[in-house]
Amino acid sequence: MLNAIEVDEVSKTFRIHHERHSSLKERLLRPGGGSHSDFEALRAVSFNVGPAETVGILGRNGSGKSTILKTICGVLQPSSGEVRLRGTLAALLELGAGFQPELSGRDNIYLSGSMLGLSKRTIRGLFDEIVEFSELGDFIDTPVKFYSSGMYVRLGFAVAVNVDPDILVVDEVLAVGDEKFQAKCMARISRLQNDGRSILLVSHSAAQVQTLCSRAVVLDHGSVIADGAVGTSIDAFRSVLHADTREVDSAGPRARVEAVTTESGRCDVVMGGAWRGIARVHSEFAGAVRVVAAIRSPRNELLSATPISQGLVSLRPGVQDLSLQIARLPFLPGTYTLSISLRDADSGDSVAHVEQAAIIEITGESSSDGVFELDFDAKIL
Amino acid sequence: MSEVTPSSRRPIEDRPVRVVSARLGFLQQIRSIWRSRELLNYMVVSDVKVKYKESALGIVWSMVAPALTLVIYYLVFGALLKNGIPHFVIFLFSGLIVWNFVTNVVIPSTSVVVDRQAIVKKVAFPREILALSTVGAGLVYFVMQLVVFAIFMAIFRTAPQWSLLWLVPVALLGLVIIIGSIGLLLSALNVFLRDIKHLVEVFMQLWFYLTPIVYSYSRQVEPSLVHHGLSWLYFLNPVAPAVLTFQRIFYVHEYVQATTPGHAVLQVIPHWSTMHYLEMNLAVIGVGLVIFAVTMKIFGRLQGNFAQEL
Repeated sequence: MLNAIEVDEVSKTFRIHHERHSSLKERLLRPGGGSHSDFEALRAVSFNVGPAETVGILGRNGSGKSTILKTICGVLQPSSGEVRLRGTLAALLELGAGFQPELSGRDNIYLSGSMLGLSKRTIRGLFDEIVEFSELGDFIDTPVKFYSSGMYVRLGFAVAVNVDPDILVVDEVLAVGDEKFQAKCMARISRLQNDGRSILLVSHSAAQVQTLCSRAVVLDHGSVIADGAVGTSIDAFRSVLHADTREVDSAGPRARVEAVTTESGRCDVVMGGAWRGIARVHSEFAGAVRVVAAIRSPRNELLSATPISQGLVSLRPGVQDLSLQIARLPFLPGTYTLSISLRDADSGDSVAHVEQAAIIEITGESSSDGVFELDFDAKIL
Repeated sequence: MSEVTPSSRRPIEDRPVRVVSARLGFLQQIRSIWRSRELLNYMVVSDVKVKYKESALGIVWSMVAPALTLVIYYLVFGALLKNGIPHFVIFLFSGLIVWNFVTNVVIPSTSVVVDRQAIVKKVAFPREILALSTVGAGLVYFVMQLVVFAIFMAIFRTAPQWSLLWLVPVALLGLVIIIGSIGLLLSALNVFLRDIKHLVEVFMQLWFYLTPIVYSYSRQVEPSLVHHGLSWLYFLNPVAPAVLTFQRIFYVHEYVQATTPGHAVLQVIPHWSTMHYLEMNLAVIGVGLVIFAVTMKIFGRLQGNFAQEL
């Protein structure tokens, strides 16, 4: 069977310049070029997306998710390997990215439509539907620089989904606009699914992938570590998050957080409930350390980091278990990550640090927007 | 809403296959540019629209600004330095119209990829389109200045050599190919070496005086070069042939009587046959095509790293 997207042994190496030499003077003064190292963002990644299939790509930050997406869209060229696409592709990498601020919404529909590869005639045929979907009404003839950010993304989304692509690539942009518009976007996505379009969805929200996708690919450090049914892949994704101890601060390799497990072995917590975990620490360090925890939202925003004045423990050389406890997690349902660092209580130096040491899946029902549930009440006195 | 669009009926076997890989061949590059011709069209229109949108006179500026430059050069070289060339305005305009096209392409295209990095990083389309759109916009301004030129010729009651008018598109084609290629190359290089932009601005001034616009090739350049057999050196400047061709077409007269006392006979334009002009411009087209092919090769190599360098 033919596939809509075939990613064939794609590798991408970025050259990281430690000192950027983009001016002539610097290049002339140091003809050898600045010091640099190569970073392999993708290592021989292969996977396919069939027609009428919705595939999710999961991975932590820096796992290569965005790089593979940009390669598929053709924004980046692979260092080796190739991507074959059958049919038209529309990408929602950033909504309204192709807009020209000085031009009206009308002109921009034509401009970004043709950027997506549509002919003038096709865009004219879709025009009314795009305007209707974007809910812009008479503002369509206003220059987009006067648009609110909400109007801007609505127009961007309306163009991208209405161009009716064979392949739609979505990068964590489903949370645009108000709730009503979001519902409309989701409805449009499921209509595209029913129409037999191929959709590639990148997310670090396991929950979103679970609802939309039938299959998921998990990337870690630029390699595919799982490709299969969505349930299996999500398990693989979680085990990566749990097992990772590689990001320990290398400057002071005096302790290692080897694994963070929970008592129940599960990572889901009901909204407002408590979380208890056990961190296995392998230490060469003896003495008092402060345990600092930070929690990040599904969008990787830092929500809270505990002050360094808390969490004093005394480490002894060897392996020991550290009990961690968060008494109440007030955050809205979603996938959150916890990072742990250990700091020398006297000098403040980092002894160990693990980014995304644990994943916390908060479950429950909430109709609030934002990140946490506010205990709110209003009444007439 | 429920209508079935053509693509939903199209089975996957019939869809065109698009390949994203490290190397694209020359023909694939050309094909992808051709497929994006409507985008190119919109980019040109939006370039022109945006440039003059906020100004009250709008696109009229694209005619007024070069006319003012013309007046300045006329005052300096014609009136102040008294070069004695009659109808010097027409002589000047013949070269300046060519030169304005060159600057209108080279300067904007050098920075175009960097300026539009927001879309380069987020949207996939043939990157050549960005530089090519400045060529398109340059052609739009060229046509407008041609209108102003016609008005000037009517005012001064001069006429072009009608029988040579067909040389205009030939000379313009050579210019578009060569200047477009230079613009394309500079747009890619400027991503990696931002000094290029400033270097180009300075170099353009030098280039202007290397081109026979404010002086006459036959009077001021040829006599000193021809003895040494070095006139070919002057023609390494790819703009010179187009300027000389335009002067021949629009200024017409090879020999004129000077306006200065004595009314000596001056040769202002080379005494060349039509065939010579044709051959010269065909040579520019030929060289231009070679440069274009090389430029596309280099551009193809460099563009893969645009998104990560910006």
